[in-house]
Parts: sequence; structure tokens; C-alpha cells
Amino acid sequence: MTGVRVLVGTRKGAFILTSDERRQSWAVSGPHFGGWEIYHLKGSPVDPNRIYASQSNGWFGQLIQRSDDGGKTWAPVDNKFVYDGMPGTHQWYDGSQHPWEFKRVWHLEPSLTDPDTVYAGVEDAALFRTTDGGKSWHELPGLRAAKGHLWQPGAGGMCLHTIVQDETDPQRLYVAISAAGAFRTDDGGTTWKPINKGLNSGELPDKASEVGHCVHNLAMHRSRPGVLFMQKHWDVMRSDDAGEQWHEVSGNLPSDFGFPIAVHAHEPETVYVVPIKSDSEHFPPEGKLRVYRSRTGGNEWEALTTGLPQKDCYVDILRDAMAVDTLPSCGIYFGTTGGQVYHSADSGDTWSTIVRDLPAVVSVEVQTLA
Amino acid sequence: MIVVVLPQHLRTLAQVGREVHLHIPDPVTQAAVVTELENRYPMLRGTIRDHVTFKRRAFIRFFACGQDLSHESPDAELPAQVLTGAEPFMIVGAMAGG
Repeated sequence: MTGVRVLVGTRKGAFILTSDERRQSWAVSGPHFGGWEIYHLKGSPVDPNRIYASQSNGWFGQLIQRSDDGGKTWAPVDNKFVYDGMPGTHQWYDGSQHPWEFKRVWHLEPSLTDPDTVYAGVEDAALFRTTDGGKSWHELPGLRAAKGHLWQPGAGGMCLHTIVQDETDPQRLYVAISAAGAFRTDDGGTTWKPINKGLNSGELPDKASEVGHCVHNLAMHRSRPGVLFMQKHWDVMRSDDAGEQWHEVSGNLPSDFGFPIAVHAHEPETVYVVPIKSDSEHFPPEGKLRVYRSRTGGNEWEALTTGLPQKDCYVDILRDAMAVDTLPSCGIYFGTTGGQVYHSADSGDTWSTIVRDLPAVVSVEVQTLA
Repeated sequence: MIVVVLPQHLRTLAQVGREVHLHIPDPVTQAAVVTELENRYPMLRGTIRDHVTFKRRAFIRFFACGQDLSHESPDAELPAQVLTGAEPFMIVGAMAGG
């Protein structure tokens, strides 16, 4: 039976929400790993029953869990994330150099072709990979050679939070790092280059700096691997040449600050963002929770409000907390720091709540099941 | 026999009860107890001490005989009552405060 499985990471555990293709009636499973922060969980595109989860807390550190049965049962795999060679240093708050120190895994990105290969984005920012289903993790150290000594943590930590794979070119990957920027490899992760031209970040003394930009999220449609969309700290951006140059497409958004960005599963020029008032006021403008949709690849945005609270709403939507399914009528999903998970089964025209009282939602991923 | 009491989350992770009983050759130290725990329950590696430096994680505490042993040397022998199994060696998550 066709259906969807929504993987929700929260501050106090993971939840799995399932429905058939109508997406009207939902079953809720969880909490899995109750009491632990689940920054992210994601399934393999080639084996949907293989799911990886990042589990951490301040007492006991980082664990990685793996399920081979769609999230019914889990087993811990290797949790040893050791930087390659001498860890080196990055810029610290006081301008000094500070050693790289592993803190947690923010994002897990299973390979498009191999269920045993997974990329892990970590704090302090680096990219790790397993090729044995999580039995061991190894850093791709070339990333930190891309001016890593100039990266410095922002208020949210120096985290690698976004990993995007190019389906047409297995050698090409994109990553994004808070307060450092976006980076691309064209050789499978051996060497990397900053791709931040055009970002023009007003928070930097040199707006056109090669690194230092606070990228919040990247999105790409599988049919247009050279077209990237970015939600930056401020500004919604677009690149038509694999990140070589960016231009702003914020257009008529009520605020161009926000965290997640997503592309419709079947319309590569249809993009979704959730505007947040500002970098210090992490809630929707005017207390109205609105998803904005552009059907023109940016610049022209329409507010999607049907079924979403339009007064007294002061939740946040974090960077990994929005996803789309690939059913014929594309579903959009997002979670809030207030514990609600909203979904639309009609590309955003109307919304309803799947669950509304979870712990603060950190991440949302969707699997479309055949 | 050394009796080790684990915090709830680590019991769940290792799929054990409140107490774990270990046989450890002399000298029985904090480091030896944690090493034996990790050998028997590999999923606990990295949750009590760092994988590489072997330093106790910041918010883990070691208690025994009504004392906080967290700041003792990892290589110091544990109290006699722990060595005989009369008192447990307790691995504790620090109070969160707030």
C-alpha cells in the first residue's frame, strides 16, 4: 500500500507518524529514545526500512541508532567521531584559534545509491561518512581545508547542518555550515570550495567575504541539480550554476529571515519558506504562522494560511523541520518548537495538524512508501 | 565482585537492570571499571568517558560510600567497601540544575 512515514526528531525523543496515501488518518509511534535529543533521523532512499537516527544529550553524548525494519526496532551503531589527523583549529569568539571539538551530529544524509553509506554533518563543523552501515565513521577532512581556520561559531554553534547530493553526479555534494557558508565538492568529498559569491551578508564587515556567511538551509530539485535555493540568516537566495553565483529572490516576503527551505516534489520552480520575524525574535511576523510559496522560483511569494493559526502564534520552525513527500499530490510537512507537526496534502493550499503536543520539534523528514 | 549502578538511560542502552556485577583483577580503579563495562557493553563506549582522551564526560559523576569520587584520579584504587561488593560504584548523571 502506498503511504507516507514521517520521521520527527524532537528535544525529548523521536516520533514516527504514518498514514496511507490519503494522508487523512495518522498513527503515531513514540517516543523512541525518550528523554534524548533527536537532532535528525532519515531513511535510505534505496531501502526505506533502513533508518538512521542521531541521538544525543548533555550527559551521555552522541549515539547513532539504526533501524532495519522501518523504525520498529533500533540498535546502536558506532558513535566514535574522531577528526582526521591533528584536529587543527578554527577561529574562536575572542579572535584566537580554538581546537576542533566534536559535540554532536546535526544531520544524517543516507546515500542515494547505497544503504550502508551515510554522510553525517557534525558540530564542530565537519563531514563524516560511513560505508559500512554505521559500524565506523571517517572524516572527509578536505572540507575543513576550505578556509576552516577562518570559520567561527555563531550563536547556534558551528554546525554542519545541510548535506545535498546531486543525483546526476555522485561526485558532487553540497554542504552548508552555520556562520561559515556553503561548500561544494566535485570529487566525492576529497576537495571542497566555498560557494558563497553573491550572498552579501550585512552581518559581516566584508559583505562579499569568501566564508563567514550564515547559511541556514539549502534545497534542490532532483531534476535540476544545478539550481539551488538557500534560506540564509537573512535573505532567500537562488543559484542557477551550482552555487558559483547567488542572487536574492526574497521578493515580497514579509521577512526574509527563516530557517528551512524546500522544493516541491514535481515542480522544480515551486519553493516553500516559513518567514520568521528576525534573528532575535524567532517567531512568525504578527503572530501569524504562514508558509510562503513561490511558483516562479522566487521573488513572487504567496502566503499559505488555510488551516494554520493566524493569531497569537509564536513558535519557531527550525532548519531541518520541513520536508516534502513525492506522492502525486505533493505533501508538505513541517514541525514547530511548540510541538505541532502540520501537513498539507495539496501542495500547501490547505493545512492540518497531525500531532500538536510533542516536545519541541527539531527535524522532520518524510518517506514515501510504495 | 564489583557492583556498578548505572543511570536509567545507560541501563536502557545496554539493556541491563539497575546493577551490573563485574569481576575485575586488581588494582580496581575507576578506569578499570569503565573499561570492563565498555568491553562487556560496547554500546556504552563514549557515553561515560571520551573515546580518545578517556576523560570522564563533563556531566557524569562517580559516587561510592557516600563520597563523590569524580575528581579522584581514574587510576586510584576504589574504596575497600567497593572492592568487596559491600557498596556499589555508582555512575550518575549530574544534576541538571534550573
